[in-house]
Formats: sequence, structure tokens, C-alpha cells
Amino acid sequence: MCLAVPAKIVELDESGQGTVSYLGSEVRANFTLVPQARPGDWVILHAGFAISVMDAEEARETLLLFKEMAAASRR
Amino acid sequence: MKELRDPAAIRKLLGDIEERAKRLARAPRLMEVCGTHTMALFKHGLTPLLAEAGVEMVSGPGCPVCITPNAIHEAAIAALTGTEGLTLAAFGDMTRVPTRKGSLQTAVPARGSRLRLVYSPEEALDEARRDPARDVVFFGAGFETTIPAIAYTAKQAADEGLKNFSVLPALWLVPPALKAVLDAGEIAVDGFIYPGHVSAIIGAAPYEFVARDYGIPGAIAGFEPGDILLAVRSVLDQAAEGRPEVALEYARAISREGNAVARKLMDDVLEPFDAVWRGLGKIPKSGLRFRPEYAGLDAGRRFGAPGDEAGLDLAGCRCGDVLRGVIRPEGCKLFGKACLPDSPLGPCMVSYEGSCLIHFKYGPVRRART
Ligand code: SF4
Repeated sequence: MCLAVPAKIVELDESGQGTVSYLGSEVRANFTLVPQARPGDWVILHAGFAISVMDAEEARETLLLFKEMAAASRR
Repeated sequence: MKELRDPAAIRKLLGDIEERAKRLARAPRLMEVCGTHTMALFKHGLTPLLAEAGVEMVSGPGCPVCITPNAIHEAAIAALTGTEGLTLAAFGDMTRVPTRKGSLQTAVPARGSRLRLVYSPEEALDEARRDPARDVVFFGAGFETTIPAIAYTAKQAADEGLKNFSVLPALWLVPPALKAVLDAGEIAVDGFIYPGHVSAIIGAAPYEFVARDYGIPGAIAGFEPGDILLAVRSVLDQAAEGRPEVALEYARAISREGNAVARKLMDDVLEPFDAVWRGLGKIPKSGLRFRPEYAGLDAGRRFGAPGDEAGLDLAGCRCGDVLRGVIRPEGCKLFGKACLPDSPLGPCMVSYEGSCLIHFKYGPVRRART
């Protein structure tokens, strides 16, 4: 029930309604809690509402960190 | 992000964790507050791997289905069975919780009434808009992750002047529950893994009292295996260095500040009160109810409020003890015998975030070094 998932914004209108793409399908979503969100952004979606906008730079850093750890472990 | 499941990276992290755990005076016991973390830990086999690395994980009270006392579940059933032409809309897990009156799924609705499973509270609102002659009650249950969506929906109904929409609130706040667990002192906790998506709303500040007043380290974590292990490593580092804090190990998805827009909305519509949790009893300022201006939206006022009784659990169910971390599910005599996923005797066997269901699905846990 508490599940929240990352999804990519497809479109959104001024009233804060729109759609995200999630696992290949388009799902209706409410964006009023994240007024800064724009199409193309990744959000955390929960119970039909986007609750957070993901940070692309932080995501890249996490990825790099894990690549480094994997490499260190293989050495 | 498949990198966060890369076996080589996971091995590296587990090695780091083992090395740090050994250096502590006793085997650390960490509480994962959130049921979704419990699920991820078991699904990916991390709980036993962490036990081998010397870290014991215990589950906290982070399952809204589970901690909602039966009095509220029974009020939902009473609305569905006692009022004609009513739609009771609820998240799926909430509808299977067994009470003395059966569950929402097994109850026979009054004439013209029906149960509707929804994914979003807005679906319930849509039904109220479409059919003004029908009373629509949304069984609004959740932690801070879900509360803003429910608050939005309620406010929207009020703004539109919809008279046939109401919410049966079962709205719970995580930080006061952590304080209750700590003050009860029933189990020693050496660190917390804080819930990632609750924190998306509340940010890091509401946990700071844990580090400051109790000297216990913690980290906010995401839900991939790598996320959780990073958070565990951070907690052990804090413990070793004697500088407890609230670390954020999920910065790609949330900020330390949380979501101020969502918090304002919650605060506009709802106010804290001393709520009763299953297993934990009454906790100061741990639940939210409608502010007086929005009291008309409270389904309890229209269709019967939940009773005060907290002790309505089915006989023998120890879900409350499981939620406090005092026993593991295997410690309940009914676990896996009379109580099974198909015939649950308590909410901890119903919910996908419930410890009993998770332990049943993913098997026993080896004990950590003591
Ligand atoms: S196993 Fe079933 S009866 Fe026992 S505590 Fe869990 S939910 Fe309750």
C-alpha cells in the first residue's frame, strides 16, 4: 500500500493533472504537490500523486558510486 | 538502476558492514521503520546476509494497515453494512483485515452499497462527482507519504462543495511512534533505517531528536538493496565515531527539506491528536484528524465514529507485539498454522508490508551474533 515508484512525466496541464510513463504504460497522475515538475522529469509516484521530483545529478553520483564499489570488489 | 543490485557492489558493501560491525562493542541491532524496507530486505535476502555480517535487523511499526486498530476497521465495515446506497472506497490491503465482524471483503453491504478498491483517493472523489445521490466514503489510511494525497482530495471536495464525499481517517505520523518505541524501552535499538518515502514529505528534521536526545544514529534509505546497505553502513560509521545524525542516503529521490507544498496542504486541512495505535497504544500527537473547518468531511461524524476500544484483536493474534519488535512473527503460536496468508487472523498477515506475511513468504531468519 505504501509502495511508491519512480516514473517519468509525459505531460501535465496547468491544473496539475497529467500522465506519467511507468513500466511501459501511461498512467494518470496528479502533480499539485510538485509544482516545480516539468515533462521529462522523473518523479516518485504514490497513490496517484507525484510526491517528489528526482535529482538527475544525484542519481548520476549514486550510479558512479556503485560502479566504483563493484569495480573495487572485483579487483 | 540495476547497478544498485550489482552482486559485486553488494559484496563490497556487506564486507564494509561486517568489518564495521566487528569493531563495535556489541552486535548492532538496527530497526527498519518502514514495512516496504522489511519487504525489500527479505525479498533480496538481505536480512540473513546482514545477520551473517553481524547486524541484526528488526522491523518497526511501519505498516499503516497493521497499526490501524480494529475499532477503525470495524467502523468502516459498519458504514458499508449499515448505510444504503453507499460506496466504501479503500486501498486493497485495508479490505482484508479480519475483525470480529469479518473484513470489508467478507461483509455483506447494505442494499445498493458496494465496496470499491482504489489505487488513488482521487478515484473515490471522481465517483462522488459522477453520482451526487450516492454517499462515497474513502477509507483514508496511511503515513505521511499518503496523507498529502488524502488531504488534497478532501480539500478539493470541500472547495467543490461536494456533499456526498467523506473520509474515514486513519492517518498516522512516524516520528511520534519512534519516540514511543524508544520510550517504551522494550527493545534496545542501536540505529534506525528511516523510511525513504515518508521522508520525501517530512524531510530529515523530524528525526533529529533521535540523534540529539537518544544518541542513536540513523539514515534515510531508498528501497533498492544497495540503498539499504549504504544506509546500514552509514549508521555503523556514525556509531563507531560516536556522532549520531540523520544521514540522507536517498538524495537522488528526496531532499533534506522534504516537500513543503505537501506539508502545508496537510496542515491546512488536518491537525494532530493523541491517536491509539495497534500494539503501541495511545501516542501523543501521533495521528491526524480534520480541523474544525473541515470536520464535515469526517465520515465518522456521518456514519458512526470508531469506538475507543483498542483491544479488539482476534484471540491469540500478537500483531501488536510484532509491531513493537518485541517478538518475531515466528513467536506467535498461530503463525503458519491457524494464521496463513489465505486465512489471516491479523493485519500483519494481510498487508504486503506486514511482518507476518513477509516472514511467511520469505522464510525464517538466522539470528545475528550475540
Ligand atoms: S501470525 Fe497472524 S495471528 Fe500471529 S501475530 Fe501475525 S497476524 Fe497475528
